[in-house]
Amino acid sequence: MEALLSKLVFLYLAVVLIATSILVITNRNAVHAVLWMLVMFFHQAVLFITLDAEFLAAIQIIVYAGAVLVLFLFVVYMINLRTELKIKNFMDFWPAAILVSIALLILIAKGVGSLKLPSPVGDMTPERILAEGHGKVLGKALFTEHILSFEVVGVLLLVAVLGAIVLTRRIRMKGEEA
Amino acid sequence: MWSSLPSFVAVYPEILLVVVASIMALADRWVKLKDVFAWITIATSVIALIMVFAVEGAVFGNSYAADTYGLFFKMIFLLALIMVTLVSPGYNRMVGIHFGEYYALLMFAVTGMMLMASSKDLILLFLGLELMSLSVYVLAALLYSDLRSLEGAMKYFLLGAFSSAFLLLAITFLYGLTGTTYIDVIAKKVFYPGLADNTALLLSAALFVVAFGFKVALVPFHMWSPDAYEGAPTSVTAFMAVGPKAAGFAAMGRVFIEALYNARVDWVEYLIPLALVTMFVGAILAVVQTNIKRLLAYSSITHAGYAVLGIIAASREGMAATMLYLFLYLFMTIGAFSVVTLFRQKDFLGEEITDYQGLSKTHPWVALVMLIFLFSLVGIPPTAGFIGKFFVFKAAYEAGHHLLVIGAVLASAIAAYPYLRIVMLMYMKEPEKDLAVNVTPYVFAGLIISVVGVLILGVYPEPVINFARTCCAGLIP
Repeated sequence: MEALLSKLVFLYLAVVLIATSILVITNRNAVHAVLWMLVMFFHQAVLFITLDAEFLAAIQIIVYAGAVLVLFLFVVYMINLRTELKIKNFMDFWPAAILVSIALLILIAKGVGSLKLPSPVGDMTPERILAEGHGKVLGKALFTEHILSFEVVGVLLLVAVLGAIVLTRRIRMKGEEA
Repeated sequence: MWSSLPSFVAVYPEILLVVVASIMALADRWVKLKDVFAWITIATSVIALIMVFAVEGAVFGNSYAADTYGLFFKMIFLLALIMVTLVSPGYNRMVGIHFGEYYALLMFAVTGMMLMASSKDLILLFLGLELMSLSVYVLAALLYSDLRSLEGAMKYFLLGAFSSAFLLLAITFLYGLTGTTYIDVIAKKVFYPGLADNTALLLSAALFVVAFGFKVALVPFHMWSPDAYEGAPTSVTAFMAVGPKAAGFAAMGRVFIEALYNARVDWVEYLIPLALVTMFVGAILAVVQTNIKRLLAYSSITHAGYAVLGIIAASREGMAATMLYLFLYLFMTIGAFSVVTLFRQKDFLGEEITDYQGLSKTHPWVALVMLIFLFSLVGIPPTAGFIGKFFVFKAAYEAGHHLLVIGAVLASAIAAYPYLRIVMLMYMKEPEKDLAVNVTPYVFAGLIISVVGVLILGVYPEPVINFARTCCAGLIP
């Protein structure tokens, strides 16, 4: 019974995730697209909870639904899209694009179908993660084993900020000089 | 407490670059003489180069290895940084992008490349690639009031982000199959029965080919490169043509040769058609170009096609040949782009190949230097280009890909035409206009390094190829 229920929940989440993702990219009203993304983020968080990853679920809500989405809305307001974009298609070759996507989808489906899961490696069994707490285990792995990757992400964000400033501030300064 | 921290010695060169780059980005406001940043960049690169030779060892739970394979590529990246820095002051002042953040972004990009070359963990490899790409996207967009720069950078950014998704998907599949992202462990696990003929593994290898194909601009994933190369500031184009390309090959070596060596039958099958198409399409499309930056962009596509032959050979000799190729390619490509930067004036692009008409009469030395680089790009014997081609062709032939090598030779015959057309314009036509040449001491030094590199390595490549061979000894069992 429980197995069936969790399967049903997964099915619901999967369908909603795919449907909202499609709505996000096809919607011509930018605000609607952002709101559909919000729905998608919440379902993703629930998906994490069903996998016993409560820390990731919290992060998903706080960072993505909370911070990233607000930034998206800011951008939408700043570029001031009052009316929907009336551009017919951004690209003329969408039939070819759909063909390629379907081909890729079939390939991935075949790949996933043949996937034989390996025996678990390492000392992190699901029981131990549950006992120690997901956040703690994640933090330990992040700050010991993956400390270098963690630091590199920091540099990556620094470059993103630097790039944004260079591309906006620098150009404005140039305009003032002229 | 402190004793439980892992040792950071192996990443000291990267840390140095990041720290200096951050300080330069901050200090730009108070430094009036912007050339200081060029001096600091060169000094830092030289120190980092010495440090790279001094440190070694695997750290961080074996996710980062300062081994000899990484060492060779780091040498390429840091030399590229030094030479691009020499090109930059004169050209960047002319186009109005001469500031500290420019050099900082170059150094961040090189840090990302160095992480890619030394990473033993696919997560770190991905992060290094993103660090490199993000910095280069910004650099390519620096001239953004010029629509060409904006368009090129936008294409580069969108397709680059797209290819990152492919890379992540490939890593995910490999993780699903092996339960790990560590390259060493993956290499052992691919042996396991039932895994090597798994469709998911083939798919993962194919996705890796697509992702790296975007980064090194293999046809049909090359669409962004001519626009991005044309639009970016020429100094950045010189960097893009060498750095990210070499880093892409470094990552290919890590993934294909080191992790997926036992599945080589499969990924070699994917790479062979790509290599053939790349060589021919690059060569044929270069023929019709009239803008020299676009021409060199197609030329760099063709050269990626040659360099991938060494990976296809899937042998120690092949990998060494690819590494040698990238090392030699550094001198001729940055050299050729340095010459292109000389003609840039405030209101004159100097990027049409007809601008080079009669150059031997007006500026004989510049014409001679350009001639050397073009001959090297064609692969005419006393220059480095010939040596590079010779070794990759030889490695692919010895690995049994005879038809592929014949195709490569045919393609390089076609590819000779666009370069020789410029030579013809420079030496056999009368000059139509008087071009001003903007030579600074920096770019002069850079050109001398490139010419010496192209000529000396063309005659005496022995030390470099031997060094490359010892460097990839640990890579292949």
